[in-house]
Amino acid sequence: MKTLTLLCSLAALITAAGCKKSDDKSANNKKPAEGSGSANAAAPAGSVEVAISCGSVGKEFDVCKEGVDAWAKKTGHTANVVTSTTSSTDKLAAIQQLLGAESSDVDVFSVDVVWPGILGSFFLDLKPYSKGAENEHFPALVANGTLDGKLVAMPWFADAGLLYYRKDLLDKYKEAVPTTWAQLTATAKKIQDAERKAGNKDMQGLVFQGKAYEGLTCNALEWVVSFGGGTVVEPDGKISINNPRAVAALDLVASWPGTISPTGVLNAEEEEARTAFQSGNAVFMRNWPYAWALAQDAKSPVKDKVGVAALPKGDGEGARPAATLGGWDLAVSKFSKHPAEAADLVLYLTSAAEQKRRALTAGFYPTIPNLYADKDILGANPFFGNLADTFKSAVPRPSTATAGKYNQVSSAFWNAVHAVLAKEKPAKDSLADLATNLERIKGPKW
Amino acid sequence: MARARDTSWLAVSRTRSAWLFLAPMLVLLLLVAGWPLVRTIWLGFTDANTLQLGQAKWVGFDNFLTRLDGHWYGVLADPVWWRSVKNTLWFTVFSVSIETLLGLGIALVLHRAFPGRGLVRAAILIPWAIPTVVSARIWGWLLNDQYGFINHVLASLGLIDHPIAWTADPHLLMTSVIMVDVWKTTPFMSLLILAALQMLPKECYEAAQIDGTHPLKVFWRVTLPLIRPALMVAVIFRAIDALRVFDAIYVLTGANERSMTMSIYARQQLFEFNQAGYGSAVSTLLFFLIALATILLLLATRVRLTDD
Repeated sequence: MKTLTLLCSLAALITAAGCKKSDDKSANNKKPAEGSGSANAAAPAGSVEVAISCGSVGKEFDVCKEGVDAWAKKTGHTANVVTSTTSSTDKLAAIQQLLGAESSDVDVFSVDVVWPGILGSFFLDLKPYSKGAENEHFPALVANGTLDGKLVAMPWFADAGLLYYRKDLLDKYKEAVPTTWAQLTATAKKIQDAERKAGNKDMQGLVFQGKAYEGLTCNALEWVVSFGGGTVVEPDGKISINNPRAVAALDLVASWPGTISPTGVLNAEEEEARTAFQSGNAVFMRNWPYAWALAQDAKSPVKDKVGVAALPKGDGEGARPAATLGGWDLAVSKFSKHPAEAADLVLYLTSAAEQKRRALTAGFYPTIPNLYADKDILGANPFFGNLADTFKSAVPRPSTATAGKYNQVSSAFWNAVHAVLAKEKPAKDSLADLATNLERIKGPKW
Repeated sequence: MARARDTSWLAVSRTRSAWLFLAPMLVLLLLVAGWPLVRTIWLGFTDANTLQLGQAKWVGFDNFLTRLDGHWYGVLADPVWWRSVKNTLWFTVFSVSIETLLGLGIALVLHRAFPGRGLVRAAILIPWAIPTVVSARIWGWLLNDQYGFINHVLASLGLIDHPIAWTADPHLLMTSVIMVDVWKTTPFMSLLILAALQMLPKECYEAAQIDGTHPLKVFWRVTLPLIRPALMVAVIFRAIDALRVFDAIYVLTGANERSMTMSIYARQQLFEFNQAGYGSAVSTLLFFLIALATILLLLATRVRLTDD
């Protein structure tokens, strides 16, 4: 039955794509089904209607809608905010179906920073509209949204890996915040053992995202880059992962599960790590910025005991602190009927003024470095100041160089790292196999 | 003479109306099963991308195996594919064997008359009736190392001193998955075997009783040979099903190479990596592998049956 289901779903996909195309011709002026129209009912002549799909995680949808409505009021156009799923994997699948069917239903998409490589060919070059506005943003984010010289995605908000630590425990054992992974390993071991001896049996040294999924790619990229081991696939497309620096990084990491980290870390995502840390059972945690507000919640057992720092660096030549770059961009579909207005909406939403509003109302991280020195923003989010440097040195995943094959590269990488963490293979062998595997995925070219 | 012509005329007319009655069904089958199958096999020989199916170009056997600049490419050169084949075979052999043995045992017990038998027969069907995704999710929670009930029970019985990460530990992954599948499909096995047991002629047993044959000998010499055809059908059904396994394993462990099956591999290529051409080649391979396994199983059982 499964083969049949698979075949049928493929057939459904094909026919759906076919039907969609013919549908579009007749439904050009139809409003997107789930759209929520702006207050602009009596639009003046010359005004057009655009639809934007933004995220629905937490406060995301409401904050996005406020911004979109403000743009509609300012320009006199009509803008619909289309709801989407909370799971980014499902969202990618939905966008792929819409764009694969050449649908013009949605003009503006919010896209994960790893998607421009996969979806880039469906997006408009924003450079003719931006008039250099992208130069205000973090260069790494702009580079990530640039494909063959075309600016296909405009940075909207940022995310990066951070080190969370227990201030109270470091003070208690008179330890400094570690700046190298070796120091972190030693400090975590010392505090974990002492706390366990003192009766806190569940105490762990370090929790992170070790399940075989995209999150492990983010964690592992940080380890490898911080040891000077390259970015798996370099921006010029060269496969660089099989090198002694990367092996050194993973050798250290392989010593963690079962010593300073629980074995269960091999099946842990962000929330499993956060739950352990927030319930007070971990000294260190690697996680995204979202964990801060939750750790500081009134009901949190670790409220006011948590510090945030840049992730440690490795040892040896080329070592530097590294944080994997995350976040979301805005892009305009090349099937849009109103590209100029859609691009204008993107530029409005990604502008410094709107990003400041979003930072103040919901704590979204701006993609514009100057905003990290803004007095109002620092007043509302005191530790934003420390994050500017993290974002500046943030490492993008190799999604631009590997283009449409990024998902395959990421899957091969996390599986290779997972094998090392699970002590199935030594890092040296696993990375050598990974390099061969990546060459095979690459084929003649990315 | 006249009568013979009448019969043949009748036969022709009957055949014709038979085809007429079958036609809608055949057309429907061709549309919903034949067309997607042919289309998938065809796509397997192209470089189609799920995002741009229209631009597919014919690439011959490149998706299966090809040599370029001294390297082999294609499904047959992908170690992950072979790992998933190995995982699938391993899963099939162990889960089907265990299910057959357990199913046989349970069927023999249920075959006896005892009070409340109807109730028990209905009750054992419950695992089979729960949708696989739901039961896999439930087992995922039961087996969790932090808050799982299984670890809690084992720990309170003093059998373990630290929680076991059933679905995280790579050495336990396959065991956990097989355990969940056995829990779910043993009822199916025992039901099929029970049905076979109830069809058996009473005379053989009465004769054996009169001869004073040992019950074990009755089982080996009478019961087993008589239910063997039904047992083999059940085993083939389960084996085909197990070779296509997707849902239980995907829900429990995701797209982890250590427990990846052929179906999970095919889905990943098709829908995560957007490789409609390559993914269709994988689906085609999967189709022929299962067909081959079915033919082999059928041949093996027929040989044994004629031996008797």
